[in-house]
Amino acid sequence: MKKLYDNATTALDGLLHDDILIAAGGFGLCGIPELLLQAIKDSGVKDLTFASNNAGVDDFGIGILLASKQVRKMMSSYVGENAEFMRQYLEGELEVEFNPQGTLAERMRAGGAGIPGFYTKTGVGTQIADGKEHKDFDGETYIMERGIFADLAIIKAWKADETGNLIFRKTARNFNVPAGMCGKVCVAEVEEIVPTGSLDPDGIHLPGIYVHRLIKGDHEKRIEQRTTRKKEAV
Amino acid sequence: MPWDRNQMAERAAQELEDGMYVNLGIGIPTLVANYVGDKDITLQSENGMLGMGPFPYEGEEDADLINAGKQTITELNRTAYFDSATSFGMIRGGKIAAAILGAMEVAENGDLANWMIPGKLVKGMGGAMDLVAGVRRVIVVMDHTNKHGDSKLLKECTLPLTGAGVVDRIITNLGVLDVVEGGLKIVETADGVTEEDIHAATEATIV
Repeated sequence: MKKLYDNATTALDGLLHDDILIAAGGFGLCGIPELLLQAIKDSGVKDLTFASNNAGVDDFGIGILLASKQVRKMMSSYVGENAEFMRQYLEGELEVEFNPQGTLAERMRAGGAGIPGFYTKTGVGTQIADGKEHKDFDGETYIMERGIFADLAIIKAWKADETGNLIFRKTARNFNVPAGMCGKVCVAEVEEIVPTGSLDPDGIHLPGIYVHRLIKGDHEKRIEQRTTRKKEAV
Repeated sequence: MPWDRNQMAERAAQELEDGMYVNLGIGIPTLVANYVGDKDITLQSENGMLGMGPFPYEGEEDADLINAGKQTITELNRTAYFDSATSFGMIRGGKIAAAILGAMEVAENGDLANWMIPGKLVKGMGGAMDLVAGVRRVIVVMDHTNKHGDSKLLKECTLPLTGAGVVDRIITNLGVLDVVEGGLKIVETADGVTEEDIHAATEATIV
């Protein structure tokens, strides 16, 4: 099966419709599928729901889709690095479902693993637990959270082989693995595609079974908070 | 004299023991890393890293290497990377020995509020709810009172909770208090601060 596509637009061909649920990898601006997000913007689809830990910044990441009002709902753990996001949210134009970060990650992983619901103690006794099933196990109370089954997953990896086996680099792995798992179709953008057989099979982070389409592209890889220390004078 | 930010961080560092895996929150908790001395402490960053190193030198920043505050950082020879589901698996699963984090309010029963103020901008809880629910020991580092001089150690939290009954120890500019049966117990006072000073600045029951 051919997984390689020429660019982000052709890789998304036939997958984009109004009102779908898209799981997106990345943490902040680290490891986000920036090329696929741009192609989704260019497609003009609207009323999208994104399961994504963050919402980008005004001119990068999911922020570009907020600016063009293509997003109806965000399922996220932390937002607000983004003025347009906050404006739409405060005006009631954008629905936000806050999820604890680990709950969001596990909801994606669970969806990808065929698990429709699971119990966690995260959020017990908080407003996150309101309306959710509570259950005691061994004397401790847990709440039920639902697995996420996304119509489409978009992720970004460092290297792929031609069969879609993926390797991520450093902390850019983050949500890309669980997001990639929970999509009915997963499209991955990578920095480098190597010939099949040249990746160490013991070192694959996301096996190609989860990855249906693949593109190589040039990434800006923007840094959100550039923090450094000074070299001490020798 | 009450402790300043650095002295609070230095005191918090005394909570850490050799061999611990620890998650530090944003703000004063981040400064704790400066005071661990030669203790063998491994810092977890919940975006997917164990063994977090210091900020990079200028020109050596790597867009693929950030902490949970989205700041550029470096790796160490012990570093391990993993995905977000695995990261919160180790948090929820009780593998992390301690979390040190800031707070807006703590109640005498250990309730913690640090993620939203109704009517004000809500940015989200990030990983805070998972951390306080899953980490074995939760240590709060914060000023004893807010900018209006009101106690942040309360009988009951007024703000929406991050976790219920989750706090073990509170380190403030005035001293150290533990959450115990029936209220808070003064463990230590800052130099020149008396127990009476802490009583006067605290709404929560002190036992």
